[in-house]
Amino acid sequence: MRQPIKYYQVGSFAVGNRLLDPDERAVQADPSRSNTLTSGHRACQGCGEALGARYVLDAAMRAAEGRLIAANATGCLEVFTTPYPESAWTLPWVHSLFGNAPAVATGVAAALKVKGRTDVRVIGQGGDGGTVDIGLGCLSGMFERGDDVLFVCYDNEAYMNTGVQRSGATPPAARTATTQAVGPEPGNVFGQGKSAPLIAMAHEIPYVATATIADLRDLEAKVERAMGLHGPRYLHVLVTCPLGWGCDASASIRIARLATQSGLFPVFEAEDGDVTDVTKIRRPVPVEDYLRPQKRFAHLFSPVRRDDVIAQVQSRADRNIQRFGLVD
Amino acid sequence: MRRQLEGSRAVAETVARCRPEVIAAYPISPQTHIVEALSQLTKTGELEPCEFINVESEFAAMSVAIGASATGARAYTATASQGLLFMVEALYNASGLGLPIVMTVANRAIGAPINIWNDHSDSMSQRDSGWIQLYAETNQEAADLHVQAFRLAEELSLPVMVCMDGFILTHAVEEVELPTREQVDAYLPPFVPRQVLDPDEPMTIGAMVGPEAFTEVKYLMHAKQMRALEAIPRIASEFEHEFGRSSGGLLRTYRTEDADTVVLALGSVLGTIEDVVDELREQGERIGVVGLKCFRPYPLDEVRAALGHARRVVVIEKAFAVGVGGIVGQNVRLALSGLPAAVYGVIAGLGGRPITKASLHRVLREGIDDRLGHLTFLDLDLDRVPAGAT
Repeated sequence: MRQPIKYYQVGSFAVGNRLLDPDERAVQADPSRSNTLTSGHRACQGCGEALGARYVLDAAMRAAEGRLIAANATGCLEVFTTPYPESAWTLPWVHSLFGNAPAVATGVAAALKVKGRTDVRVIGQGGDGGTVDIGLGCLSGMFERGDDVLFVCYDNEAYMNTGVQRSGATPPAARTATTQAVGPEPGNVFGQGKSAPLIAMAHEIPYVATATIADLRDLEAKVERAMGLHGPRYLHVLVTCPLGWGCDASASIRIARLATQSGLFPVFEAEDGDVTDVTKIRRPVPVEDYLRPQKRFAHLFSPVRRDDVIAQVQSRADRNIQRFGLVD
Repeated sequence: MRRQLEGSRAVAETVARCRPEVIAAYPISPQTHIVEALSQLTKTGELEPCEFINVESEFAAMSVAIGASATGARAYTATASQGLLFMVEALYNASGLGLPIVMTVANRAIGAPINIWNDHSDSMSQRDSGWIQLYAETNQEAADLHVQAFRLAEELSLPVMVCMDGFILTHAVEEVELPTREQVDAYLPPFVPRQVLDPDEPMTIGAMVGPEAFTEVKYLMHAKQMRALEAIPRIASEFEHEFGRSSGGLLRTYRTEDADTVVLALGSVLGTIEDVVDELREQGERIGVVGLKCFRPYPLDEVRAALGHARRVVVIEKAFAVGVGGIVGQNVRLALSGLPAAVYGVIAGLGGRPITKASLHRVLREGIDDRLGHLTFLDLDLDRVPAGAT
């Protein structure tokens, strides 16, 4: 069905770009999309996770032709969608525990396999706490066994549901409730970091990708790509948390874009353990542009500007840019 | 057909005949032989259709079982000791969600100090987890209880733990009559889940429940488990009808009719206790035994009826609550509240220490003479405890 062109959403990042042919349009532009995570849920204004999950699930539902089951870890996504007796999910959805969503997904996939229901696909999902920290063992087990599950991590870089505490995905220098902006080295430590996508790649699983809510067409495309494959697949989506990051709700997408443009969050795809595609940074920015609008980094600029710390963060971004070839 | 079988093998072959669809396996002594045998039976195709999944932890084992059960598959796993504790969070989740998973617990002590031998510390620590707990006395009963457990679990939509003494049963070879597949098929109908993850009828399972409904959900769990008090004897009786032998039930009495003294225990130690009771009977003592087969739900009325006429009850148990005393003993006292019977708690067999006839004779003699306190550690050697520590 050809719809009349409306000039209200244009540009390469636009989702509902109706200048495109219908079959090239985003899943979200499709009036008959599944609305898998439907309206009325209790996410905060500007929640990146809600936005990311909506795009991921609708794209996955389209790819699975509506035959999809989701296993969800404990966390914001679980809490804001299912306060009994309400549910924002229109697909079969199970929440068990914080750290076991990948294993529950394995169980779902095993049950479907044994019953010969190969048409039904399985998705597991959780935040960075449920994926990178407490669920990492189960995630690794699911990868290693080759279970037919797409696992999606919505990474907002801290335990937001419990009130913004540090996780293994919290970036260096970030203020959280357990890495306070006090003392001589305020905010989170400069540790080794923990890249779940690289850990996933080390399992040489069929597909690993990163994405952000700043490029939702890219996110949808990666979900579609992942759903076209079988075996364990991993998608790591950077999602802004206005509450935890201390930014304006209206800035969610802009901040996520700055994360990629600064080089702090590399966007890439990998197959069988090798990087196959990298999203180049079109307009590189210094990390300061990304850090400054977020209150979690405010202590780097006031009362005393910490050029030393900003330089350390910059060197991390430079390392990503060099490692992944983010800038031509 | 009667065969000489190791307890683990008997359980594994019986579980296989119950047609589990998803088995999650993680090794821990003394349970390993069960999942090893099931792995073999799956690989040879005898267990078709079944997904046998080697997981990376007991926490994952129970989680896989949860996912499978919620998707309508008959799910099974086995564990023991530290493994049971490592899956505790998932145990409560399985029972809270009302998923009819069946699990064997090869009873083993809990560390520290690390100890692989038998006692009941592991399953007793999970008595309040919402799982039904059945305790096997022999390998035959361990095998039979699994057939009943699937029936019970799926009828009530609740998880069931079949507890069998580690090593004493799991590694002991004795004669067992395995149920045939035809018998099991006639007795155990295919699993029809109460609620299931299905794209044709989308459902949210595991929502967050606040103060306005949490009490009711928990009450429902309790009420459902209490229904097992009616279901267990019925299912055991139907089992007897189908298989021609008696196994399971809530409890079993032995020579209690005129008994002044009744010994209550669970599991494999009952055989030894009965031998000692026979000998005491020959000496003229009016003594009997109650073997508890089901600890959760707790058959309070049945225990009261079985023990109510006794002057004293000696509870021999292989676990205790540090800082209080016996666990089963507390429950027995609850059942006897308002009655004059004295209840003597004896903690025995911890970490695999043998419960010998000689020791039982000694402690039961003290019991008959009303010389026991509310808490006694059988064969406790205070010379091994540092002076000044007590």
